[in-house]
Amino acid sequence: MLNASLKELSASLAAKRISSVELTRLFLGRIGELNGKLNAFISVDAEKSLAQARAADELIAKGGEQALTGIPVAHKDIFVARDWLTTCGSKILSNFVGPYDAHLIERFNAVGAVLLGKTNMDEFAMGSSSESSFYGPVKNPWNPECVPGGSSGGSAAAVAARMAPAATGTDTGGSIRQPAALSGISGLKPTYGLVSRYGMIAFASSLDQGGPLAKSAEDLALLLNVIAGFDPRDSTSIEREKEDYTRDLDRPLSGLRVGVPKEHFGEGLAPDVGAAVEAALAQLEKLGVKRVPIELPNSSLSVPAYYVIAPAEASSNLSRFDGARYGYRAKNYSDLADMYRRTRAEGFGAEVRRRILIGTYVLSHGYYDAYYLKAQKIRRLIAGDFTEAFKRCDVVIGPTSPTVAFKIGAKTADPVQMYLNDIYTIPANLAGLPAASIPCGFGAGGLPVGLHLVGNYFAEAKLLNVAHRYQRETDWHRREPAGLKT
Amino acid sequence: MNWEIVIGLETHAQLSTASKMFSGASTAFGAAPNTQASAVDIALPGVLPVANRGAVERAIRFGLAVGGEKVINRHSIFARKNYFYPDLPKGYQISQYELPIVKGGEIPIVSPTRGEIKIRLTRAHLEEDAGKSLHEAFHNMSGIDLNRAGVPLLEIVSEPDMRSAEEAVAYAKTLHSLVRWIGICDGNMQEGSFRCDANVSVRRLGAQLGTRAEIKNLNSFRFLERAIEFEVKRQIEILEGGGKIVQETRLYDPDKDETRSMRTKEEAHDYRYFPDPDLLPLEVSEEWIDEIKADLPEWPRDRIERFKGYGLSDYDVALLNADFDIGNYFDGVVRESMRSGEQLQAADFKLCANWVLNDVAARRNADGLQSWQFGVSDETLGYMLRLLRDGAISAKTVKDLFAEFWEESKAKGFSMHGGHPERVDRLIEERGLRQISDLSAIEKIVDEVIAKNAKQVEDYLAGKDKAFNSLVGQVMKATQGKANPAQVNEILKRKLAR
Repeated sequence: MLNASLKELSASLAAKRISSVELTRLFLGRIGELNGKLNAFISVDAEKSLAQARAADELIAKGGEQALTGIPVAHKDIFVARDWLTTCGSKILSNFVGPYDAHLIERFNAVGAVLLGKTNMDEFAMGSSSESSFYGPVKNPWNPECVPGGSSGGSAAAVAARMAPAATGTDTGGSIRQPAALSGISGLKPTYGLVSRYGMIAFASSLDQGGPLAKSAEDLALLLNVIAGFDPRDSTSIEREKEDYTRDLDRPLSGLRVGVPKEHFGEGLAPDVGAAVEAALAQLEKLGVKRVPIELPNSSLSVPAYYVIAPAEASSNLSRFDGARYGYRAKNYSDLADMYRRTRAEGFGAEVRRRILIGTYVLSHGYYDAYYLKAQKIRRLIAGDFTEAFKRCDVVIGPTSPTVAFKIGAKTADPVQMYLNDIYTIPANLAGLPAASIPCGFGAGGLPVGLHLVGNYFAEAKLLNVAHRYQRETDWHRREPAGLKT
Repeated sequence: MNWEIVIGLETHAQLSTASKMFSGASTAFGAAPNTQASAVDIALPGVLPVANRGAVERAIRFGLAVGGEKVINRHSIFARKNYFYPDLPKGYQISQYELPIVKGGEIPIVSPTRGEIKIRLTRAHLEEDAGKSLHEAFHNMSGIDLNRAGVPLLEIVSEPDMRSAEEAVAYAKTLHSLVRWIGICDGNMQEGSFRCDANVSVRRLGAQLGTRAEIKNLNSFRFLERAIEFEVKRQIEILEGGGKIVQETRLYDPDKDETRSMRTKEEAHDYRYFPDPDLLPLEVSEEWIDEIKADLPEWPRDRIERFKGYGLSDYDVALLNADFDIGNYFDGVVRESMRSGEQLQAADFKLCANWVLNDVAARRNADGLQSWQFGVSDETLGYMLRLLRDGAISAKTVKDLFAEFWEESKAKGFSMHGGHPERVDRLIEERGLRQISDLSAIEKIVDEVIAKNAKQVEDYLAGKDKAFNSLVGQVMKATQGKANPAQVNEILKRKLAR
């Protein structure tokens, strides 16, 4: 059961081979067993989860189930959930209990899924290692001395260690795909605007996008079916017809053009990762895809542009955490300005403070044009690179991350090294394109390698098609971390 | 001596939408603190703004009123103005910065010294209001009321085109009546729905613009005038004493009648404006503009000319244009008092105007009604006036029915109009109120009265006018008051002259 796909779980529930309560208990038990070691969850509340499971069982008994009814799903602690502690990995929200449900949570509730727990993450999703959490670092299930990637590291570790059948995350610069890659699971960042941001605590509004993490592309498709869709409460949500993302999973790949950007195979790419990605491309060629060399000439500008735009938006988005209305407030202060200063200095961790300072600086009078405006121009150039590329290919494929998972603490002293983790994933956020990461082998230390797929706008079904056909031929996504065997 | 005063105004007009600029919470004034603050207004984590279409529409109406289509930006941008304050829950105010919805336009005013002049507008942009800090009654702490947070505002920025406090007041008053006229703002200054900031500087005639001071939050025309006068005097005194003006923000204290420094330019915030990534650029289509244009009321100036063309006095015209609704009501009364295809004469317009300005206005004042509230509809009053002009009913009948209908409406809290044209007809029949308009019938009665009252006829012929009145009274009595007194007079005079 712990290894079962969502489709298998749904079938078991429908056939009453197992109840949602039993299934939920099973995963709660697994969490109880492993969370002390991996620190993947910030909040677990068996009573709440089991109440939902009982409701799901009643629904199934009446024959009223939909896809995912009764299935436990873990949610990144960035999604506000009613009556659940919602911390965003930060001290400043350490006492914040959600008064409402995020759009994504509402959608899972609507199909009768079970909220299994809230997963650990880099504070305010700022990080690539899940080390910046106020609640301690998340450990990689493949090697607890290593990071699971970030910022959705808790969700990735939970799925990799089979503590949850599936999970959700958010991706601002790679925060779903990079931890999926480093933890050996599948993850999808949808097209910007496909999944509502309502109730998803904002990091960088123009880049943030919620999405699923799971064991396979097929599971991702089922999860995306639940969470995609227009929401009038998010002005950037896109109104379009609903799709069934499972519809093209098995479509043959023959004739599909796969663009391979030379910029993603140059300096900085670790040889073990490069080799695994090359092998995956060869496997895809056997499935009939045509390999097309492409260029993304402005790639090298994506990290600097991102580290202007994302902190700029964050510096403003995080202003509401001021101690006045909710969340942490400093104990001692002399006046209003002092209350703000102390609350924010004590409530935010070092990485969040660094990004607020960078963002405040680049938006300041006299610097705005040189930084923020220029970064926006680069952003348009990068989107233009993809527009050109998609004239020549259907999917862009390369590595998700330049290296396999690194040791906890290895990059915390050097933010720039940390930022370079997202060099291949950031361009899709800047352009707003859908992108996925799926396991494609193992590198140094037996750690997983991720294959990165970028599609054109709203080409999620095509990405999942490529990923699923690949997963039909390979078993990388079925491998389990040694030592945590189910 | 020879100082020229230069004034520009920034006016915040609260747009009269039922819900807030970016949330669904109510904008109604006076609710208990924080009862009209939604999750969006208190800036909970994860919430997002959605622009209010009604507020955007009102901004477009304003643009069309002050400059026509050409001043409406088809593409404008919401931007964040970042600063920390407890009554600003998000830590930023959503406003418009580089691309406002309205760019340009002008307001014609009558200056006491320069006659009719035009004040140019720099821009008008949409933004949300902040909440309120309450510093009383909290024992060394401050209370925050976020009911006002997120209320939609149109900030209207003028060029520095005014040259005296009187001109600034004339501009503010014209703008105030315009925003009410086009229905985008209730103009309630006590509740802060319309408030001004004044930028004031002085210079030697013909010299470059002097350094300005900005005086904040002037919420009455009198304060606006007093604050500018004080400020001008203060600046001239400094300059004549050889000093320099510091660019700063000042507050007017109405109790002391003076302005005080709030912060200087050096202390000014760096607001770090940038486009709000939570909101898409505001795109205004030609179709939408056409729709709004079709729905715009007649401009005040056009209506004034039209009413003058009816032969009404300037005084009556001014009263009928005091607010938009009374003018509309007058138009309705005129329309209903007309038989189809009929051309009304000056006297007919005057009759309608008298009723609207005397009876209707008096009762509205007595009952403290809003400008849009009427106890009797324009349709009913117009219909009764038509019957009056036809001679079918007397003026007294109109007055009686009008009063009765108004009381009916009042009894229902003015939730509906009293009376109805069909009820007027029914009551006339039921109560026998119809006047005798058949001349031969009246002549017959007159003949009878003359025959029976030889003494009075003799007195009248001897020059005693009082006797004539007595004869009229006899005729009216004989017709049970249903004869038209004017007709009775005419017939009686004709017959007695023989």
